[in-house]
Amino acid sequence: MGYRKNIQLTADRKLRHFLTIEGLPRALLVEILDTAETFTSVGNQAVKKVPLLRGKSVVNLFFENSTRTRTTFEVAAKRLSADVINLNISTSATSKGESLLDTLANLESMQCDMFVVRHAESGTAHFIARHVQPHISVLNAGDGRHAHPTQAMLDVFTIRRHFKDFAPLKVAIVGDILHSRVARSEIHALTTLGVNEVRVVGPKTLIPSDIATLGVHVYHDLRKGLNDVDVIIMLRLQQERMDGAFIPSPKEYLRTYGLTDATLSYAKPTAIVMHPGPINRGVEIESSVADGPRSVILEQVTNGIAVRMAIMSMAMGSYSASREGN
Amino acid sequence: MTDEIDVAELLPKMVAELLEHCKLSGMENPVMVGIHTGGAWVARELHALLGWTTELGELNIDFYRDDFAQIGMHAQASPSRIPFSVEDRDIVLVDDVLFTGRTTRAALNEIFDYGRPRSVTLVVLIDRGGRELPIQADIVGKHVTVRATEQVKLTGPKPLRLTVAAT
Repeated sequence: MGYRKNIQLTADRKLRHFLTIEGLPRALLVEILDTAETFTSVGNQAVKKVPLLRGKSVVNLFFENSTRTRTTFEVAAKRLSADVINLNISTSATSKGESLLDTLANLESMQCDMFVVRHAESGTAHFIARHVQPHISVLNAGDGRHAHPTQAMLDVFTIRRHFKDFAPLKVAIVGDILHSRVARSEIHALTTLGVNEVRVVGPKTLIPSDIATLGVHVYHDLRKGLNDVDVIIMLRLQQERMDGAFIPSPKEYLRTYGLTDATLSYAKPTAIVMHPGPINRGVEIESSVADGPRSVILEQVTNGIAVRMAIMSMAMGSYSASREGN
Repeated sequence: MTDEIDVAELLPKMVAELLEHCKLSGMENPVMVGIHTGGAWVARELHALLGWTTELGELNIDFYRDDFAQIGMHAQASPSRIPFSVEDRDIVLVDDVLFTGRTTRAALNEIFDYGRPRSVTLVVLIDRGGRELPIQADIVGKHVTVRATEQVKLTGPKPLRLTVAAT
């Protein structure tokens, strides 16, 4: 079809790097979800470990703070029996003036097999993937406002565990879409998997003007936006990225776009409430909802381990398999 | 050429031998685990014939295979399910075909990651020879001599059909 080769896939269309959901075939997303389902049983074992990636080294390369994502990547790698090196870049050589490529070359010389990258600049994981040696896989753990594909996969995994079939579902993503890489990846994942409808709900100042081109419906009224939805994904108000007047005040924001017991009632009675964390209690979500019976926020964290195990093992396995075929 | 083996004929004999084996080994309340997928089908049949009340377990040994470096991942949405504590239990491990012994090795490793069983008994529908590891079954439905160019294949779950055919 004249496409440029997708850097994320091997010649036989297996997962090699995991950088963005955009452009990945539906079958591959389903394969990730199915593989993750199999990994859920490892958490029930007395020894919560499988020997799949024994002898492989995974480097967590975090140029931006993260607790949940870095920890679940680490737990996932350790459950696969890989060795994990955590690099906190603010205390590393880059602050002494070393370039990114030099840092990478040094890590490659230490014979690592996988980089898990988070960076405040969009496109960093792609850049690294283009420059690493052929046996190294790169996973994007969040780049700027661009993508957070493993978060999106654990979200759709959580949705599938509750609803089985994507086709009839209406999903509302609510809040700060503008600054959210999670929202972008979720939209790609949900539309690729064929949900009935994806909505984005929020104030005009926090929704990119061209977002409808991704195939979503835009709502500025929370009541209308939540009407009849099966899944509500609340986003954190990223106040640390706001250098202008995006919202009047956090209190005002809760009143108009926050999820409370009252606003939750606009959605279907069976609707589940999700949030990628960290949650701002009393800003985008009220505690009674975050801790309530419809919340699956902590399930998302647990599911993140199995989903990351699946993506890591598929990416690592594709190189082994393609090398064997040669 | 394709040969078909009658599975229904093998099962009652296996059940009888297994009961005898459990008695001789002094097992109290053994539990059964089938290896995904063929072994789990055979285990279901045996479990029903035995009338054991403890729930049947299932192992998906994909994460314990020794050929990950050669063939990579195979996605299956069927996690291992061990609905009981294996600690100090007598475990009856069931597979459809015993060949190199590598699947059994992987299954034993996985079981031991759930705890320390009192014993593990290996039950297979077919032993086709060709072992590459020092592993033998305790109960065998049928010994079959199969050429290297032939494959033993179980299809199921209902009905279970076992065929030997050229690959």
